This record gives sequence, C-alpha cells and structure tokens, in this order.
Amino acid sequence: MKSKGYNGFRTIFAHVLLVILSFMCLFFFYILLVNSTRSHADLQKGFSALPGSSFLTNLKNVANDGSFPMVRGILNSLIVSSSCAAICTYFSALTAYGLYAYDFKLKKVAFTFIMAILVMPTQVTAMGFLRLITKMGMYDSLLPLIIPSIASPSVFYFMYSYLQSSLPLSLVEAARIDGSKEFRTFNQIVLPIMKPAIAVQAIFTFVGSWNNYFVPALVIQSKDKMTVPILIALLRGADYLNRDMGKIYMMIMVAIVPIILVYLILSKYIIAGVTLGGVKG
Amino acid sequence: MKQKRKKIDYSKWGYIFILPFFVSFFIFSLIPLVDTIRYSFYEYYRSGLKEIGPNFIGMANYASLLKSDMLKYAGNTLILWLIGFVPQIVIALLLASWFVDARLKIRGQQFFKVVIYLPNLIMASAFAMLFFTLFSNKGPINSILLSLGITENPIDFMGTVFGTRTLVGVMNFLMWFGNTTIMLMAAIMGISPDIFEASEIDGCNSVQRFFCITLPLIRPILAYTLITSIIGGLQMFDVPQILTNGQGSPDRTSTTLIMFLNNHLKSKNYGMAGALSVYLFIVSGILCFIVYRITNDEDPDGSKAAAKKNKKGRR
Amino acid sequence: MKKKVVSILLLAAMAASSLTGCGGSNSDSQTSNTSNVGSDSQSSDAVNTDSQPEEGQVINIYSFNDELRTRITAVYSEIESTSEDGTESILKDGSVIRWIINPNQDGVYQDKLDEALNGQLTAAADNKVDIFAAELDYVVKYIDADIDAAMTLESLGINPETDLADQFEFTKTVACDQNGVQRASTWQACPGVLVYRRDIAKEVFGTDDPEEIGKKTKDWAAMKTTAEELKASGYYTFSSYADTFRLYNNSMANAWVAPGETTIKVDQKILDWVTDSKEWKDAGYFDPTVKGQWNSDWFTAMSSSSKVFAFLFPAWGIDTQMVPNWDGEEGSWAVTNAPLSYNWGGTFILAAEGTDNPQHVKDIILALTADTDNLTKISKDYADFTNAKSVMQAAAEDDSFTSDFLGGQNPYTYFTPGADTIKMAPLSAYDQGCVELVQNAFGDYLQDQIDYDKAKENFEIAIRERYPEITEIQWPE
Repeated sequence: MKSKGYNGFRTIFAHVLLVILSFMCLFFFYILLVNSTRSHADLQKGFSALPGSSFLTNLKNVANDGSFPMVRGILNSLIVSSSCAAICTYFSALTAYGLYAYDFKLKKVAFTFIMAILVMPTQVTAMGFLRLITKMGMYDSLLPLIIPSIASPSVFYFMYSYLQSSLPLSLVEAARIDGSKEFRTFNQIVLPIMKPAIAVQAIFTFVGSWNNYFVPALVIQSKDKMTVPILIALLRGADYLNRDMGKIYMMIMVAIVPIILVYLILSKYIIAGVTLGGVKG
Repeated sequence: MKQKRKKIDYSKWGYIFILPFFVSFFIFSLIPLVDTIRYSFYEYYRSGLKEIGPNFIGMANYASLLKSDMLKYAGNTLILWLIGFVPQIVIALLLASWFVDARLKIRGQQFFKVVIYLPNLIMASAFAMLFFTLFSNKGPINSILLSLGITENPIDFMGTVFGTRTLVGVMNFLMWFGNTTIMLMAAIMGISPDIFEASEIDGCNSVQRFFCITLPLIRPILAYTLITSIIGGLQMFDVPQILTNGQGSPDRTSTTLIMFLNNHLKSKNYGMAGALSVYLFIVSGILCFIVYRITNDEDPDGSKAAAKKNKKGRR
Repeated sequence: MKKKVVSILLLAAMAASSLTGCGGSNSDSQTSNTSNVGSDSQSSDAVNTDSQPEEGQVINIYSFNDELRTRITAVYSEIESTSEDGTESILKDGSVIRWIINPNQDGVYQDKLDEALNGQLTAAADNKVDIFAAELDYVVKYIDADIDAAMTLESLGINPETDLADQFEFTKTVACDQNGVQRASTWQACPGVLVYRRDIAKEVFGTDDPEEIGKKTKDWAAMKTTAEELKASGYYTFSSYADTFRLYNNSMANAWVAPGETTIKVDQKILDWVTDSKEWKDAGYFDPTVKGQWNSDWFTAMSSSSKVFAFLFPAWGIDTQMVPNWDGEEGSWAVTNAPLSYNWGGTFILAAEGTDNPQHVKDIILALTADTDNLTKISKDYADFTNAKSVMQAAAEDDSFTSDFLGGQNPYTYFTPGADTIKMAPLSAYDQGCVELVQNAFGDYLQDQIDYDKAKENFEIAIRERYPEITEIQWPE
C-alpha cells in the first residue's frame, strides 16, 4: 500500500515536472513559429504571442529569392550532416571496439592520448586547419567538413563507455570460435549491440554538424556549397534595406524541420535498443 | 591475457581498427595543433593587413596572459557553467530514471522524450536571439511582471550581473538537459534487466535502486557526461557572446574564456591565442583526468565488475 | 620559420616589382582609355578588345551583402545578364563578373577578403580580387598607402578632381590615404538629421514647423533647453546615449590613432559624450529602458506608445527603421537639423591592387559613383542619399521627393545642406574597434554598473586585446 501511494505521488510529481519542462521547451518553438509568421515590420515592433499573417510571404521570400539558394543549402547541410553522423559514429565505434576488445602494446598510450585530445576546443586549431586544407586543395569544398569527423574523441569515449557496460568479451570469443572474421564480428555482432549508442551519437553529431557555423564559414566560399547556418548569417548580414527578420526566422524554422525528422527517425532506434537490451547478455 | 593463451595474436586488429581515427586526427587536428602550440611562443599577429612576426619571444605570451584578466574569465566560465550544469544533471538523472522505470507509468512518454530534446535543435545563436527579445526591458516577460504587479519598473535583466549570468545558465540548461537525459537513458537501457528484476525481488524501493544499482552501473556514461559537460562549459561561447553582443557585459562579468580567445583571434593574434589555448588545454586536461580517476578507476562496487559479471560467470 | 621569412621576403619583392609593373602598364592603358572614352563611348566594345589585350576574363567583386551587386547591376550598362542565383553576371564583351559575398558576421567578410588580398600576387589572373567593398568603419584599413591593397584612383585613370567633382567633399577626404591620395569612392553619402514627432512638438512647443523646431535643436545648448521643456511635459528627448554618439565621434579633432603611431589618443569629444550623456541620463532626458541600438527596446521607442521625441538618422534610417516601426498615423514625423551635422555609414568601393581588369574596374567605379544619371536612378530606386551634389540639390527642390511619412515634407531640404557642411573626423584603421569598445566600456558606466575609472580601465583592456600593437592609451587631461 505504502509503496503504491509513494509511486502514485512520484507519478504525479513526474508528470508535473515534465509538463513544466515541456512547456518551456515548446514555448521557444512556439515563438519561433510565431515569429516566422510575422513580417519584418511586425517583428521589429517587439514580441507578440499571436501569429501574424506573413507565413506564406516569408516562405516565398526565402524560397523564391533567386540569389538565395535555400534548397541547395539544405541539401548541402543534409549531405554534410548525414555523412558526418555516419562516418563519425562508425569509426568511433570501430576505434572504441579496437581499444576495448584487443590487447596490444600501445593500447594504454592510445587511450590516454585520445582522452587528452578530448578537451581540445575547435577554435584553437581553426586557423591552422584553414591553412592546412587550403594547402591540400580542399578549400571551398564539403570534404573538410566531413572527413575530420572520423576522429571525434568525445564520440569515441561515449562508445567506449557503452561497450564497457554492455559488451561482454565472451560474445566476441564465441564469434571467433564460430569462425567469424574480425571485421565481420564487428559489423554483424558488435554494431547491432551498440545500436542505441550509435543512434544517440548519430543524432548529436547530426545536430552539431547541422548547426555548425564556425568551421563552414571559414571553409566554404561559393554559394552552391553553403550550408544552412552560413545562409542564415548571410540573411542576418543583409544591409539595412534588405534585412528581413521574417526571412531569418523562416529560414531558422525551415532549417529545423529536417533535424526534427532525423530525430524522430533515430529516436525509434533508441527505443528499439530497449528490446535488444532485453535479449543480450 | 586470455588472447595470449589462445596463441592467435589478434593485436594487429587492434591497430587496424584504431588506424582511421589516428590518421584523420594527425592530419586534421594535430598539424594545426602543433602550429598553435608553436605560435604560442611567438609574437605573431596582424595589424590591419600587415603581418607582425612571427618573432620568437619565449614565454612572454604566457606571462602576459597571467597578468591579464584571464583568471577572472576562468571564474566567469566556471560560474556560468555551474548555473547551467547543476540543474541539468539533476533533472536529466531524474528524467532518465523515470523514463526507463516500468513501474512509473508516465503517459505520453514518447512525446516528452521528443520534446525535451527540441531546444537542442535550435541553433544557439537563434536561441540567444529569442532570449534577448523575451527578456528585454520592454519585452513580454517584463510586461507580464508589470501587469501582475510584481515590479513597479521593468527589470533590467541583462543590465545586472546576476540577471545575465542566470539567463546564460537557464539557456544552457534548456539546451542541454534533453541531450543529457537521452544519453543517460541509453546508458540505463544498457543495464541488463535481470539486475533490476533481481533487485525487485530483493525488495528494493526506487530510491535504493537508483542509488545502489542504476547510479553505479551507469558510472562510465556519467563520467562521460561530466567530462563532455566540463569541456562544453570551458568552450562556452555562442550563448553569452550573442546575449551580450560579444561584450560579456556588464563589466565583462559574463566573458568566458573562449570569448576571450575569440577576441584574440579577431585581431589575428595567433601568438596570444595559442598561449591561451595551451592554458585551456592544460586546465581541461587536469579537470578531466580528475573526473576520470574519481569515476572510473577506483571501481569499488561499480561498472566494470557489474558489466562483466555475466562474462565471468560463463568463464 | 625559415620558410616563412623567405616567403615574406619573396612576397615583398614581388609586391615591389608588380608595383612598378602595374604603374607602367596602367599609365599606358590610361592614355588609351581616355582616348577611347573620349572619342566614342558606344563603340568602346570593339576598341576595348583591341587596345586592351591584357584585360582578364573574370572580374571578382568581394562584398559583404547584396547591396553592391544590386546597385552595380542596376547602373552598369555593360552587364547583359545576371545568373538566377546572383553569383555571376555576364558582360556584353563576354567577360564575367563573379560576385563573392561573405557575411559581415564574426568578421568573416574581412577574414576572407584579407586572405584573398594577401594571396593576390600569386593568385591566377581569374582568381584575383578586382573590386571590393568596405564600410566607412574599416575603409581606412584598406586604403593605407604602406599596405597598398587598394589602387589609387589616379592609377586607374580616374581623376578625382574632375571625374568625381560632383561628389560630396567629405566622402573624398575620408577615402584618401595618409598622403592625401584617394583610393576609394562611394555612391552614397549619409548625412544625418534629427527626426522628431510632430504631435509631441505641437503639445510641448505649440508648433511642429521644422524651421521653428530647428531653432530649438540648432546646437547642444539649445538642445538642452529643449530637453528640459520636453521633460517637464513627460517626454524623453532621445532614446539613449548611443543615439548621440555619432555626433560627438564625427566631430573629433584628431584620429583615434595618428598615422604611423601606436598610441590611441582618446579625443576630448568622446569624454564630452560620456559626461554629457551622464548628465542627460541623470536629468532624465533619455528613456531609461533603452540600452544601445538595434535591439527591440530601441525599435519600440520608435512606436506610437513611446515617449521619445526624436531620433538621429540619415536617410536610410528613416526608411528602414522608423517607417516599419511606426504604428501611428501617417505623417506624424518631421525632420530638421541636428545639433551638429554628421554622417552615419556608407559603403566604399575599392580597386584591388593587382587586378587584371583595370579597364572594367575603372568603368564600374565611374558608372556607380560618378555618373549623375545613374546616381539619380539609385536615389529613386533604392532611396540611397547618393554622392552627387547636383542630384541631391535638385532633389531638395523636387516635389517628387516629398514624403508622406514626414507629413509631406521633403527631407532633402535638410539632408542636402547637412551633407554640404559635414566635416568628417579624421579616420584611422582602428576606428571600428575604438568606436565599438568605447561605447561598450562607457555603456556600463552610464548604466551605473561600474565607476568612471573602471570604465576607462575596461576600455584599455579591450583595446589591447583587439589591437596588440597598441602601446599606449592616452586620455585627455
């Protein structure tokens, strides 16, 4: 009885807190949405909780502006972000597995090394990075936005921690006894077990890369290679005559849609991870 | 050890598996990083279009940074981080344990799980823009407060140290608590349900279960959260930058270390920026080492043992 | 390290050699050009290809937004078509203008421009920067004679004395390097006026006649009396201390940093701004809820619910800031003279040293900044206050320039005389940072966050962060 009442109280408390938090989260989306329906003039006048009537106008302004490659930008961002998410999670999982499942001389060194570089802020190396890729002839291309994500220490660390708590080495040995080759073991046995971790990190990497302005702004030059954040910065940098906050908010709004979709798709895998977790071990 | 016994040497696979990571790292991070460290010993900046240096000046950049307000900015960063992180980790732990708790019937779980992560999808700069409008002197928050009669005059949120710091903290909290929750959820899901079942049979209540089973078992991920959050905190930039227009106002009390670094990068002062980066590097390295030690190595009743329980049993 | 030194030496050597080379070829082309244009401008097409074999195929124009592109495509008659996405324009002679636009945000534009200019000598002809834009705040960085990033107008074949005779004097003065040689040109001038609310004027002063009000705002002393009257009736004169900054800054006697020096000398005018603003703020002449500019509080101060009497704006400010933010009756505002004539903003165009298209560059600069027909068109189509005395003089007398927003007043009757009397303070390459940082530092002081000495100290810290080469900061006694 007692525990039932206690649980009941907990349930109520949980719901109240969740509703408050959700309200706060959704509130900002609501304002974004409202702002994207208001004209520049309305927006400058200040805040309003009620939507305006310029949604379609704003959308048209953003989408049909011949000099503003919205679709192209979203496409570029999609390419960069999904490639990043894919190779980042795959190689991080590979590296984590390599360090977790095998014993070799430099293992400790390698691990310590990765842990040490975990803390490197991007800003620190940005200028050197720019010089380097210019020398390599990758300036103004999408590649330097994608390839470096192979080495993501923090994703590696997450994968490693996850392996620690959920991959028994006996499983790997069993696979070996069954004659499975090392790469096959990784791709067909280890990767599925890591699905929840991969889904989680894929989302984070995708979002991080989608919203990244700093590096792309340094690297990208031509309009047909620009990603969404650079386009938004371009809108914000428009001169006084052409600046249109309505367009800016609309672009922010448009830019959010793809990541929400990706999030919804991937969050299913996180749930799927639960059932998987049930049968493993 | 057991590999040795088996005679087949798998160690080359270890090298092969970690090779791509290291190759990519050496090319895209290490070369620029070495550049950064090298320039930290030089006087090297741009004045307009003119390049000054590089002239070797030894530790002069490091010395002059110590004399600057760097420590004050480090303090700012720490405070701003704490304001955001403490509620973030508490709420995230609560939510994660609720979400995976089958006894707690949370309705619309799916909805909540999606919603709490949403703020993270908004670009930090856009988010800060919204906050700026909301909390401006004539903004909606002030009009609500005024009409409720809570204040007589509009509150100048961004004109006070407390106000600005709190806003930055709240923003960081809102942006990241969903992220942390999801990560912790993934970790808790990784725990074998058998353990929970066993605990239930032993008559554990939810508080006991949380502190005695969940928490120790998700230790590695918890350490990960802590470390990434420390790094994220040290790298805090967008939110205070945009909220305060890059000034860290009032009186530079919300200037973070990276904003300080950014000021140097703006003047293309690679020497000073390099030295500051090295400081940052050392500090975050020490912090992470401490955290990693505390959470991982002692392992008194914790993760590794539990995680390998099954394995040992089989062997 | 060694490599670096060698490459720098190499660059310097190349710079020197290319300089002399450029000068030589330019003077050649100059003579042939002038004869071209003089004899027959319509057939210049054919003649051009003959006499200009070295002219490149691609003209790269660097800019920070679409402003320059729209203006040039509107007036440069050689342009045949512009691609849908606005990245390329094809000229009648087959060459191509490439529009390279980078956002100003986080200094990205200047970063990329600087990279390109530094690599100018080694870049392939088609990748060389030919024209670039610079805002008034940082134009000096690029017209420095020692750096020689921008060509002198003369070496392009433009004679500022004759070709740009119709431009406002101050726009030419600020575009000169330390030797007094003009290296940039602009199509706009941005003389500011005082824009005030007619209804408040009527209520407080009994009249809304611009001439009468103009007497009350003719200088700071009169302005203060006016402010007192406004306050007695419950109105604020200006929205905040940031609004008046440009007037003080514009009337500085010396540049922030004298050419060739590394000492910042804070002008007395700046400290006047601080003390006056403090006095005005404490007296209640500013709206206490407004801090700085370009934020929603500031915009709200332009609406009908606001108690702010006046704003200080150039032409672009009225059209793009006040009109959209005003929600009351049309015709509620009027313009009159500000206590001081001042200039706010302006985009300059510069010819990059090393351009492979000097002829096109010259034509574009002339078409955009010297042709009165074109400037009239820009004034009409884009509401810029253009840099042509005769055009603006005519606008002041032309009824088609009256504004409904200003209750049928023709604002050019105040803009144009304002532009004639502007004396721009001498500029330096450090202006952008100094202006921004001094406002920040003393903004905290004016909001009572810190005391006066702390503000000075904060300014010094911020300056040293931004400009490591600054050795000393001097304050007036």
